[in-house]
Amino acid sequence: MNTIGGLVAGLIVIGAGLGLGKIGGSAMDAIARQPEAAGKIQTAMIIIAALLEGVAFAALFAG
Amino acid sequence: MAKTAFSKIVFIVLFVSLPLLGFAYSGEVKDAVQHEQADELTSKQKIKKFIEHHLKDSHDFNFITEKTGEDSHGEAQYKHYGFSLPIILWDNGVKVFMSSKFHHGETLAELNGAFYKLYHGIIYKTDAQGTISYDDHDHPTNDRPLDMSITKNVTMMLFTLALMFVLFGGLARGYKKGPIPTGAGRVLEPLVLYVRDEIAIPNIGKKKYKRFMPFLLSVFFFIWILNLLGLTPLGVNVTGNIAITACLALFTFLVTQFSGNKAYWKHIFWMPDVPVLMKIALIPVELLGILTKPFALMIRLYANISAGHIVVMSLLALIYSFKSWVAGPSFFFLTFFISIIEILVAFLQAFIFTMLSSLFIGSAVADHDDH
Repeated sequence: MNTIGGLVAGLIVIGAGLGLGKIGGSAMDAIARQPEAAGKIQTAMIIIAALLEGVAFAALFAG
Repeated sequence: MAKTAFSKIVFIVLFVSLPLLGFAYSGEVKDAVQHEQADELTSKQKIKKFIEHHLKDSHDFNFITEKTGEDSHGEAQYKHYGFSLPIILWDNGVKVFMSSKFHHGETLAELNGAFYKLYHGIIYKTDAQGTISYDDHDHPTNDRPLDMSITKNVTMMLFTLALMFVLFGGLARGYKKGPIPTGAGRVLEPLVLYVRDEIAIPNIGKKKYKRFMPFLLSVFFFIWILNLLGLTPLGVNVTGNIAITACLALFTFLVTQFSGNKAYWKHIFWMPDVPVLMKIALIPVELLGILTKPFALMIRLYANISAGHIVVMSLLALIYSFKSWVAGPSFFFLTFFISIIEILVAFLQAFIFTMLSSLFIGSAVADHDDH
C-alpha cells in the first residue's frame, strides 16, 4: 500500500471509529434510561454497527 | 412436510454448489508474478508472501513446512507435512489425480501425455518442459483447464457439512426419545432456540418464520463453524474467501426474491402513497437496493474474516521482525488477546449474516395491511 492509500485507510478508520463510538454511546444512554429494553437496543445497535462496518469495508476496498 | 422438503433442498443446493466455489476462487486470484527466488526476499517480503499464501485457497492440505537443508546446487530443500487432495480438471474430458503429483508445485503432473503445472496456486497446461510464457503484463498466457478440484476450502466445507449432519441429525433423533436433548444437543438446542427467538421471529414474524428456519439455521451454523475452524491451527480461511461469501449472499438474495409477496414487488416497481413522478424515479433506486443488500453481506463477512486473519498473522509476524526478548512475549500476548476477540467476531459475523438475511426476508414477506 502506498502513502496515499495508507492515508485514505486512516481517514476511513477515523470516520468508522467516530460512527461506531456514536452508536455505542447512544446505545449506552438508551440502556441506562430503559434497562428493561436492553436486549432490543443491543440488537438494533449491532445491526446499525454492521451496516456501518459494511460501508467502511467497502470504502477500504475501493481505497 | 413442506418444512423438511425445504431444508432438504437447501442442503442439496449447498452441497452441490460447494465444489464449484473452490475453483471459482482459484480462477480469480490476482497473479502477482514474482520471478525472484524465495531466498532472495527480505524477511518483510517473506512475511507478506506467507500471509498472502495463507489467505488463498490451496490444492493440498499443508500443516507445516520444514527447511531440511540445501541440495548440491545450493537450492533450499523443504519437507512438507500434510496430505494431498484430489485434483479434478475439465480438459477435453474429466481428469482426476492427486495433488501429490505436483510435489507442492515443484514438478509437473503428467496424465495421458498432457502436462500440468501448478504455478502460484493456478493449474496451467504446459509442454513436457513446463514452460510458462508471459504476456506484456507478466501474466501467464498458457491454457488453463477448468479447475474443479477438491481444494483445501472445499475439504473444510465438506467436513463442516458432515459435522452438521452428525450433530443436528443426532439432535433431531434425540427428540424421538424424549424432550430433553443429550450430549452435544445440550449445547445446540439453546443456539437453535436463540436463532429462532432472537433472529427469525422478531424479523420475519410469528406466522411466517417457520418456512425460513432451515435456511437461517444452515447459514448460521455453516458460517459459525467455518469461522471457528479458521481460528484453529489448521490454517484454513474459508469464510474469508469472497467466492464463498458471494455464494452465501446469493442464497439470501434468491430466497428473498422468490419468497417476496405482492406488496414487496409493489414497493419496488410502484411505490404506493407517493406522486407518480416519484414512483418512476424510485424504481432504479429500489432495484439497486435489491442488489446492494446481498453485496454488503458478501463484503462484510469476507472483509471481517480476512481482516481478522491478517491482523493475527501480522502481529505474530512482528515477533520475527523484531527478534528481541521484549517483543516476543508482548506480541504473543497481543496475538492471544486478538485471537480471543476473533472468537467473538466469529460468532458475531454468523449472527449478523443470519440477522440481516432474516431482515431482508422479513421485509419481502411482510403484510402491508396496516397502511
